[in-house]
Amino acid sequence: MGRYLVRRLLQGLVVIFGVTIFVFVITRMVGDPVKFMLPLSATPEERAARRASLGLNDPLITQFVRFLGDLLRLNLGESTYVRGQPALHVVFDYLPRTLQLVAFGMVLAVVFSIPLGVVASRRPGGVLDRFLTTLSLIGLSVPQFFLGYVLIIGFTVKLHWFQTGPGPWQTNLVLPAICLALPAIGRLSMVVRSAMIDELNSQYVKVARAKGLSQRRVLGVHALKNAGIPYVTLLGWEVIRAIAGYTVVVESVFNWPGLGFMAKTAIANQDFFLIQAIVFVVAVMVVIINIIVDVAYKALDPRVKLS
Amino acid sequence: MTAPDEYTASHVEEEHALEAEHSIEGRPYELSAVRRGGLFGDLVRDKLGLASLVFLVVLLVVAALAPWIAPFKPNQGNLTSSGLPPVWHGGTWTHPVGTDWQGYDVLSRLIYGARTSLIIGLVVVLLAGTFGVVVGLIAGYKGGRADSWIMGWVDVQVSFPGLLMAMLLVALVGGSVTSVSLILAVNGWMVYARMTRGVVLTMKERPFVEAAEILGSTPKRVIFKHILPNLFTPLATLGVLEFARIILAEAALSFLGLGIQYPGVSWGLDIARAGDHELFGNQWLIVYPGLLLTITVLAVNLLSSWLRVALDPLEREKRFAATTSSGHTGAGL
Repeated sequence: MGRYLVRRLLQGLVVIFGVTIFVFVITRMVGDPVKFMLPLSATPEERAARRASLGLNDPLITQFVRFLGDLLRLNLGESTYVRGQPALHVVFDYLPRTLQLVAFGMVLAVVFSIPLGVVASRRPGGVLDRFLTTLSLIGLSVPQFFLGYVLIIGFTVKLHWFQTGPGPWQTNLVLPAICLALPAIGRLSMVVRSAMIDELNSQYVKVARAKGLSQRRVLGVHALKNAGIPYVTLLGWEVIRAIAGYTVVVESVFNWPGLGFMAKTAIANQDFFLIQAIVFVVAVMVVIINIIVDVAYKALDPRVKLS
Repeated sequence: MTAPDEYTASHVEEEHALEAEHSIEGRPYELSAVRRGGLFGDLVRDKLGLASLVFLVVLLVVAALAPWIAPFKPNQGNLTSSGLPPVWHGGTWTHPVGTDWQGYDVLSRLIYGARTSLIIGLVVVLLAGTFGVVVGLIAGYKGGRADSWIMGWVDVQVSFPGLLMAMLLVALVGGSVTSVSLILAVNGWMVYARMTRGVVLTMKERPFVEAAEILGSTPKRVIFKHILPNLFTPLATLGVLEFARIILAEAALSFLGLGIQYPGVSWGLDIARAGDHELFGNQWLIVYPGLLLTITVLAVNLLSSWLRVALDPLEREKRFAATTSSGHTGAGL
């Protein structure tokens, strides 16, 4: 177990390193950060001076060594879009809003997907099952940004249940979270369904029934626990997917001031240092969640050997 | 951006099917399970699958013939004829689905948008699929150091935040059909490599491959004659699923303004334009491209689930067994 964790952490470091280098190289190869830093009226001399002061005229390898040194000290440069702020600070300013959105969306996904999946699994092929399966397939096929607009048009513009513009964050969070959760509910409930069908046809469930356990106990204690194994894996993947950039779309539709929204702005303004910081933090989070999922997997299924 | 293990999941199902097969004594259903009317007989019986196929074929034809079919050029607008209603709301047949606030013909933009989606979907699946399969074949067949290097690379790239990378790359090189296709292909070849390698590893253990090797077949012959044909079914299913995913990815990028850009036409771009402009006005301009995009992706998804059943003999038998002995398998609840 300990050795496994060390190996996974090393692998994670390779990923973080790889992502950071990749971003470093492509941003330096294409594009010019100075273009967006100075006013349009700046003279070529002023631009050259700024470039020199940022060290952008040095050979790429010199820049890279300096960059690695800075990275070890967690100094990722200053954002050029949010003037004068260290890039990492900007990331941590916006990150909580994204985490809020992801957390709420994932709670919604769990709360809805488990009962839906269990209900569908009780009569495979029945009317309810086919209805729920079709519904989840539609949920998977709707692009999230279109879903967001449908929610806004329906609940805000037509029904006036929510207001546009600033308001208390609790009510502002509802629609984006639903938008983030719906496709996840589709995928997760299908996993619950197929895992439950497998478990309900297994020998131990038949034994539990034969000895006269209540339906509730058979479903809730015995079958659901084992069906949880594939569920946890997929839930971890959903969280990763959301954090690794899929909130960008939801945040843009709803103007939610989170990390995804900031990523889009940073890219549009060629703010290299901020992009690097965002990608770095996202990669670290993805690696950590991946390890947590693996460990949880092991905790749920003692047969799994971590190697 | 990739499913964690689509492939292992389908293999577990296969094992279950094999178990079910062995548990039915004498396999009385075997003779009648012989396909009637072939592959397409199956499709005709699957109503949703058939409807999806028809829809996609029509869309493909319309998209291919866009320059001849579309009544207008997608960016040909006239402000004097902006905001016209569609025919069913009292419009004229000159603009069957009406015009938007810039006077662009909505129908023409929908047709050209289909063209973008389908071209990018097809090109990316072909590019990423070819590269992934070749890499996966090498890793699986060679094994050893090549395998661990290649799969290490795959593991690292799978952990990349794919959408962010794609956004960044498009921002740097500019958004055109070519660049978006290339970027999405670079981002998405890993699934194919993983799956191909998995199949090759199981195939290498099979007696027929060992027999071919003992008989002196060259590695090339073993790979192309004996292993590759067995890849067809899982690859076809994966390719169709990826096609749906790529269409959604392109739409998302274009929606964010980091994909197809003016003067290009894309459903995602049109949803963003209409969302900025008509959220409190004529919301149908958001709904048309959105609905078309949803239906297209839904059709591809439905087609893939039909394809999985139709191309896989094990699945066919399983389904047949389930219909003949429904009292037997579905018992309990």
